[in-house]
Amino acid sequence: MDKEVRLRNYHAHKWDEPLLMEMSCEGQRGILVPRAEAEIRQAIGDAESLVPAEMLRKEPPDLPQLAQPQILRHFLHLSQMTLGTDVNIDIGLGTCTMKYSPKINEYLARSPKLTELHPLQDVDTLQGILEIIYRTEEFIKEISGLDRVSFQPGSGSQAVFTAVSIVRAYHTARGEGEQRNEIITTMFSHPCNAATPATAGFEVITLMPEENGLPSIEALREAVSERTAAILITNPEDTGIYNAGIKAIVDLVHQAGGLCFYDQANANGVLGKVRALEAGFDMCHFNLHKTFSAPHGSLGPATGALAVTKELEKFLPLPLVVYDGHRYDLDYNRPHSIGKVKGFLGNPQLVLRTYAWIMSLGGAGLESVAETAVINNNYLDQQLMGIPGIVKPYHQGEIRLDQIRYSWQKLSEDTGVGTEDVERRMTDFGLQGYWTSHFPWIVDEPFTPEPTESYSKDDIDYWAAVMKQISKEAYADPEKVRQAPHRGPIGRIDETPMMDAARSAVTYRQYKKLKERAEAENNG
Amino acid sequence: MEKNKIVYPYIPNSVPKIREQMLAKIGVEDVEVLYSAIPESLRIKNGLQLPEPLLSEYELKRHVEELLKKNISCDDYLSFLGGGCWQHYVPAVCDEIANRAEFLTAYGGETYSDLGKYQVIFEYASMLTELLEMDVVGVPTFDWLAAASTSLRMAARITDRSKVLVSQAISREKLLHMHNYCPPEVTSIETIAHNPKTGLLELADLKNKLTADVAAVYIENPGFLGTIETQAAEIAKLAHTNESLFIVGVNPISLGILAPPGSYGADIVCGEGQSLGVRMNGGGGLTGFIAVKDVDEHVGELPTLLISITEEEEGTGFGFVQARGERTSYAAREFAREFIGTTTGLWGLVNAVYLALMGPEGMREIGETILQKSHYAKKLLAAVPGLQIPFSAGHFNEFVVNFDQTGKKVSEINKSLLGYKIFGGYDLSKDYPQLGQSALYAVNETHSVQDIHRLSEALKEVAGWTKR
Repeated sequence: MDKEVRLRNYHAHKWDEPLLMEMSCEGQRGILVPRAEAEIRQAIGDAESLVPAEMLRKEPPDLPQLAQPQILRHFLHLSQMTLGTDVNIDIGLGTCTMKYSPKINEYLARSPKLTELHPLQDVDTLQGILEIIYRTEEFIKEISGLDRVSFQPGSGSQAVFTAVSIVRAYHTARGEGEQRNEIITTMFSHPCNAATPATAGFEVITLMPEENGLPSIEALREAVSERTAAILITNPEDTGIYNAGIKAIVDLVHQAGGLCFYDQANANGVLGKVRALEAGFDMCHFNLHKTFSAPHGSLGPATGALAVTKELEKFLPLPLVVYDGHRYDLDYNRPHSIGKVKGFLGNPQLVLRTYAWIMSLGGAGLESVAETAVINNNYLDQQLMGIPGIVKPYHQGEIRLDQIRYSWQKLSEDTGVGTEDVERRMTDFGLQGYWTSHFPWIVDEPFTPEPTESYSKDDIDYWAAVMKQISKEAYADPEKVRQAPHRGPIGRIDETPMMDAARSAVTYRQYKKLKERAEAENNG
Repeated sequence: MEKNKIVYPYIPNSVPKIREQMLAKIGVEDVEVLYSAIPESLRIKNGLQLPEPLLSEYELKRHVEELLKKNISCDDYLSFLGGGCWQHYVPAVCDEIANRAEFLTAYGGETYSDLGKYQVIFEYASMLTELLEMDVVGVPTFDWLAAASTSLRMAARITDRSKVLVSQAISREKLLHMHNYCPPEVTSIETIAHNPKTGLLELADLKNKLTADVAAVYIENPGFLGTIETQAAEIAKLAHTNESLFIVGVNPISLGILAPPGSYGADIVCGEGQSLGVRMNGGGGLTGFIAVKDVDEHVGELPTLLISITEEEEGTGFGFVQARGERTSYAAREFAREFIGTTTGLWGLVNAVYLALMGPEGMREIGETILQKSHYAKKLLAAVPGLQIPFSAGHFNEFVVNFDQTGKKVSEINKSLLGYKIFGGYDLSKDYPQLGQSALYAVNETHSVQDIHRLSEALKEVAGWTKR
């Protein structure tokens, strides 16, 4: 039977933490560092004598001077004012696939056998990590159905940029580099699908969603031409609606001579169910820090694993891991490669975690991940759709997969409480503020939950109960929601000045100037 | 229901009974109904062919540890590798904060969820500006490669010019990155030679190439080949006279003792933050930064997120919020400066902890220690018969050693050094054939005097000049 949900009267840590720069006490030391031994000092002399005079630092850097306990306490306070996935029900950050990062994988990633590796060591001394990378590539080949995988890119966006670089190299190699200068994407694909082609010099065509939430094949037919270099598309997109016409899209772009890239940063709902191969894609990528459980690390380090067909393999960035049956090696001798996108070997610690995660689950386990994510999402949907003020745009009776973009438009019309007000109020119940949507907001007053497989039925019930409570408050006492958070790490702040270069201060140096200016104005 | 009998510890709702309850609530009998939108022809047939899982945590741990044991790390051997990733000492407090679950597992949370994370980013940027003598630093980039390439593109946008001049003494990887990343805003990347005797930039070559279409001059200090560029102020003047920007790449651990680039005319500074408290992780510890002066059009061309300080409407706390977000690709899609996304936030936090621990004194002392130890190593190696130090200019933590007179290749020398449990310096012979058989040796505060003697003794033997 369903348990009754008890809403938490949460209170965030509110330390009113001072700035490190203003905590400084002259002379204090946070750590002592090794000094050169007497033998060295005698032989070499003063350090200053070793630097050409014009290159010596004249003034010491104005860094804080603090003892170790005070520094540790400061950063621990700040960690307590951060709601990581480990400490909250992180259902709100849809498209980000916030899931449990198993602690055993963290333990393994902290092994000195990994952390103390230098990337330029003789490959004979890197056989363990190269084997892990090689084996993980075999897994990703199976999961994508494609032929070769690079773990070089340091994020999903960088993986998409790498794919775009390969698109450029592919058409250039065929003598069509100048002509094919357009890349097509969709509005509900991640903004990087528009931004990375633009960074690489392509014109970007964005297909808008039709009434069913999907881009139409007619619009695509209009868009493709002899200038088409590629399409970058997600499926399901942010709406969670699976585009059953994906094969026709791929075929149409192929007929026009373009390449097809499948953005699978978040593949959580379809692991083991569908993949790039069957739909005919040339490339796809997975975020190892999303679908494959590596922690998000306060925005990285991360990895976007890029999988490609045999035909595109030669363009992949340097280096690839190869195996001759006896020994693993790094292949740098790849003349058609686009070169480097990330230093050295990328982020091997992310690959290690992915390897361990897949090994803990196997094929059936990965399917269980996908199925549970989809069940969780539809279970949450059942609850949210009963809450006054919530609308599900594009709803035509279809079933959504692992996430849904909802709208508080009705709530906003009825009460004046918008999605950002709700987001702030969530903090008072111990939940991370949810993800609204990337810009532009095609869906009004949006929010996008994604209850991955890591959340229990009780977790989902709690999250839905908080939404229900906030809706109730909005109708009864809208000011309460608008003035939120009431128990967060900070009260409400006015963000509008932050759009203004003259009123924002992104470092302490700028802040001091800002204050001086304000003081001068006050005195003047 | 049959196929999911295993209850997975990471998947609470894999309990069959709970799953059934949830499906009942949704109103479907089988999960397959939820996948009915997917055409049969697109479905994977017969499931994924992956190895049998290691279901118990113990078996998994044992298996992965067996694989990791095949690595030999820089804790196992004595290492003199550098070249953009360095084995500095990592203070325990850095590990403590890097491993805090709140930071480790945070992501896109903003002011009201992740205020603490934002404050650390602000403090990170603030402390770096002090070290660099610049005014603004964005959130971390992927690595120095990405930071350098973006710096070049920023210069192209600021000056509306499309050619850049880049010191030859940068890593080949970085040059490859620039060639892939910088077009179309940068259409031409020309290298400036270094003097084969001193290792410093060849000013005559720079003057020749400094034409009216040059957006920026990029140098590194210390350079990739280790030398301290003493002509930096002069290079800045030449660039500025040409209305080009001057971009300097740095290893920030040198800046407690070396002059900060902001003091000798740098308009944009970039560099590698891994040296500031981040473990090497086989290269996975890299994290880049980009800094500019408080010139509005320069700040406006940073593609990265910026976190501003502000004050609570009612109350005493500092607020931290994203500033000037309109620049970024999150807001502007294809109209943004460049794409952004997840990069290396956690390493930025660790950099902040490191700089706080070190303070001005710590940064000066570590600079001094590294200088003295690396010069001692250079002196010892110069005395090994057959070894030569090709560049006369001063260096910081790295220096080039030439092995031509030994008649052996660096690859052979390094293979032999493995027998002594030593990782020799990075083999430069492929990247810099003009240097013959040369290697880049990195020495830092973690090398004891005994370590340095161990290296020189081993080199005496493997270089083949000492009869055994």
